[in-house]
Amino acid sequence: MTTVHGEPGRVPAVPVVSTGRLGLARVLSPAIVIVVAAALLVAAISNENFQWDVVARYFLSGGILTGLLTTLALTAVSMLIGTALGGVLAIMRLSRHPVTNAAANAYIWFFRGVPLLVQLVFVYNISALYPQLDLNDWLTPNVVAVLAFSLHEAAYMAEIIRSGILSVPKGQHEAASALGMSPWTITRRIVLPQAMRVILPPTANQVISMLKSTSLVSVIAVPDLLYSAQLIYSRSFQTIPLLMVATIWYLIVVSVLSVLQNRIERRVGRGFTRSPQRVSKTSGRGGAA
Amino acid sequence: MTPIVRAAHVTKRYGDHLALDDVSLDVERGEVVCVIGPSGAGKSTFLRCINRLETIDSGTIELDGELIGYRRMGDVLRPLPQRLLAAQRRKLGMVFQGFNLFPHLTVLENVLEAPLRVIGTPRAVAVAAAERLLQHVGLADKSASYPADLSGGQQQRVAIARALAMQPEVMLFDEPTSALDPELVGEVLAVMRQLAEGGTTMVVVTHEIAFAREAADRVVFMADGQIVEVGPAEAVLAHPTHPRTIAFLEAVL
Repeated sequence: MTTVHGEPGRVPAVPVVSTGRLGLARVLSPAIVIVVAAALLVAAISNENFQWDVVARYFLSGGILTGLLTTLALTAVSMLIGTALGGVLAIMRLSRHPVTNAAANAYIWFFRGVPLLVQLVFVYNISALYPQLDLNDWLTPNVVAVLAFSLHEAAYMAEIIRSGILSVPKGQHEAASALGMSPWTITRRIVLPQAMRVILPPTANQVISMLKSTSLVSVIAVPDLLYSAQLIYSRSFQTIPLLMVATIWYLIVVSVLSVLQNRIERRVGRGFTRSPQRVSKTSGRGGAA
Repeated sequence: MTPIVRAAHVTKRYGDHLALDDVSLDVERGEVVCVIGPSGAGKSTFLRCINRLETIDSGTIELDGELIGYRRMGDVLRPLPQRLLAAQRRKLGMVFQGFNLFPHLTVLENVLEAPLRVIGTPRAVAVAAAERLLQHVGLADKSASYPADLSGGQQQRVAIARALAMQPEVMLFDEPTSALDPELVGEVLAVMRQLAEGGTTMVVVTHEIAFAREAADRVVFMADGQIVEVGPAEAVLAHPTHPRTIAFLEAVL
């Protein structure tokens, strides 16, 4: 039998080309996006009610910057305490002891179930529960805020940390045990570094979410970023521009945190993805050994 | 001299299932023992009981005359505290079917981790030893790679180097080539053969009958949680006496 179209294996294949319709969409869709974005920008600039000059005047003012620092400090401290407490709760949840387990479960059930704003106001008024303790002296609004946010955050971090620890395969534990590592060494050197890959991305989300939640403290008069802006506009009635100041600052901080989050994720992901350039870069080193 | 590993009347249950049924085996220093048998025979369970990754229900397992994972208190055995158990496990190297390398550490760090953290070997000494071991398994040029960048055969060779770094008295291999692509089995068996020739005491659970014939001093055939037949490799593999052994070898060869 003779082949008309040439030998087998020599059949030319036509590369995939995009159809005309798709090509049009590829040009049109960014064009639409650009037009809409430009329209929004023009609307924002031309609408005098935004009062951009006021925004510029207050953007770096002392009151706003102090408020920003308070917001950042509140986020950092609450996150640290919340994570530490969350770690303890995670270990309790993983324990085989039923009472320990149930206690952690109850904690998580309560602090995840009650809205953060309710918890905040509740802690703020806790001295009404124990008037004889005279708690008002040290339960300043700042302490109340840190306490409420930390306790709330711990419930979420407990679940994040627990799922991270559970994500490490059993074989890792066995291999480390077989090498004679103590339980503590296994946790610190083998399990936690691997759990971090699962723990860190949602934790970064929690930080971002916490940063925004701290704006709730305006109800208990802690001068954070939002409350500082409110203090100014309650006197000057320049509500919109000062809300814009706060909005822009929140967006800046969240953007920086997102960049950091990406970096951290790449760092803890080491060894979990194939990386051809890393192999070729370092392959010469061991060869000399 | 006492055998390095002495298992006596070991029984292990999973619920109603009797995984190990009165298993007794002595392993002498420098000996290579291959454990063969059908799936579910209890081979891996027995191996895992030796370094107490599995607990046993009755019987004793001794390493160099010392009970593994338990201490005798009157008539019963009580589990040893984790710290003391960890110290015992240093004397046993284990190679797993699924490699179980630490994915967040480089090849060199995988080999270094236990000597540095468990024994406290000075870093320079440990690095020199680790590099020598990696060269021994043919992976000196991969020391800076991460496990994910290696083939299965390479990963298993790193796992062998990692276990050897603790200078164990006995190496336990749990189906070390079963998870490998066929063309990668040879390189791992070659390393194991070298170890066997070098006088390392080895207990190898394997389906590689050819390896057992070549490298083993003794072959143990297990079925249904029991040791059915045990003897010199040549005798068990070429002239099996028990009908179960005969049937198994006919099926796999």
